[in-house]
Amino acid sequence: MVIGEGKPIKDILFMIENYSKIILAGCRGCVTVCSAGGEKEVGILASALRLARQNEGKEIEIKEVSLERQCDPEYLEEIRSFVDEYEAILSIACGAGVQFLAETYKKTPIYPGINTNFIGVTQEQGVWTERCQSCGNCKLHLTGGICPITRCAKSLLNGPCGGSSDGKCEVNPETDCGWQMIYDRLKELGKLDQMEVIIPINDWTTSRDGGPRKIVREDLKL
Amino acid sequence: MTSDSRLEKILEKGEFAVTSECGPPRGADPEVIKKKGELIKEAVDAINVTDNQTSVVRMSSFSSCVLLKQMGINPVLQMVTRDRNRIAIQSDILGAAALGINNILCLSGDHQKFGDQSTAKNVYDMDSIHLIQTVKQMRDEGKFLGGEELKGVPRFFIGAAANPFADPFESRVVRLAKKVAAGVQFIQTQCIFNLDRFSKWMEQVRDRGLHEKVHILGGVTPMKSVGMANYMKKMVPGMDVPDELIARIKGVDKEKRSEEGIKIAVETIQQLKEIEGVHGVHVMAIEWEEMVPRIAKEAGLLPRPQFE
Repeated sequence: MVIGEGKPIKDILFMIENYSKIILAGCRGCVTVCSAGGEKEVGILASALRLARQNEGKEIEIKEVSLERQCDPEYLEEIRSFVDEYEAILSIACGAGVQFLAETYKKTPIYPGINTNFIGVTQEQGVWTERCQSCGNCKLHLTGGICPITRCAKSLLNGPCGGSSDGKCEVNPETDCGWQMIYDRLKELGKLDQMEVIIPINDWTTSRDGGPRKIVREDLKL
Repeated sequence: MTSDSRLEKILEKGEFAVTSECGPPRGADPEVIKKKGELIKEAVDAINVTDNQTSVVRMSSFSSCVLLKQMGINPVLQMVTRDRNRIAIQSDILGAAALGINNILCLSGDHQKFGDQSTAKNVYDMDSIHLIQTVKQMRDEGKFLGGEELKGVPRFFIGAAANPFADPFESRVVRLAKKVAAGVQFIQTQCIFNLDRFSKWMEQVRDRGLHEKVHILGGVTPMKSVGMANYMKKMVPGMDVPDELIARIKGVDKEKRSEEGIKIAVETIQQLKEIEGVHGVHVMAIEWEEMVPRIAKEAGLLPRPQFE
């Protein structure tokens, strides 16, 4: 899922300082699961903002909503009936949701209440870690199911580099070396010969470098 | 011969090669690199110039190599893939060749986190193995990575690094084999302080017959002090500094410790000369370049062979 994390409240207060009536829009998708932008976080953030503005003597009216998903057009319609009554929308969905709201409600300023960090997993309660950089050209079949582009700090396709030490990455002693993990996994699978194969220079056109990406499925189009 | 490199000539003749390196200055003064070059040029066959090592911004390796070349030195252009995409890399390869540089050391480079620009974005469009392939393709096939033909090929002697001391140990020789398959011709290793581990790695190298396909130059760094030894042991990832070595330096009077460091470096070179498949040494005297001639002399590596 997409993992996000709340922005510092002072940054949010600065963004919305000129408004007195806003919509705070959460999302019931990924950011609910990673406790960054769901219904619960909408409630907590709204209370914190109201309190802070009260202390400043500049009270604010906040309409709390949680959309089913901010990345699907049909759910964005949930706020259409009242959006014009508000000066701005503060969205705590991922960056895709924030932008989709902005595209949909062209006259209403949109502000991001969270930072969108990565595509990852719940490592344990309260801990999320990255797994995928959505490069658009999956190589996991070559690397024992561990992504070198994501897990290696240098995205080396033919590691490990000379900075791999005791299973850790040179960049951070708490970060596992991606290529050590690949090596260990291939060894366990009895496929160490895969380490001998040069993975060729990458074609990044399927990644961000090719510009904003688009998938069209003719079989699904209406 | 694949190039006009003096280093290639030395190695192809079966001579035991000596290279060293200069770190460029953190400023625009050309005299710094010239002075370093002057200090060591008679003691070595080629001089590497590091490419923004540890991600601290310095004068470019490219321009520093040109300054050395103008002094009659055979420079080794170090090139990291951290800062350049394939467009910049191929362009710099052509430019360097046009200016008479004929050795290149293909590296992935230290992560930007270590340097003075830690908020930078890294590139890593390719890794060091792809860089080896790129130079080889441009030289031997006369083609850019995109497949278009070159007009005038860059004749480079292609090098890379190897670190026998990083982990996992069993993967180190595998990675060397991949570099050899990619077309590397010489290797300069990480600083060798643990000769036992280096010898074990060389055994694996010989078992695969790689020592007959690539020239391996063992990395040697003299320790100036106990502080430096401790720093390298603890702070530099992938560096193997045995406790016995630190104890040996500690065991002599404080004012004699740098002497002991030199002595250890000389002994290391003498031992490396005896290892089958080691074809030379790469002396990295970090900000202590003036010691390179002395180390080379005491290790019996002088005078360097001269060619017409």
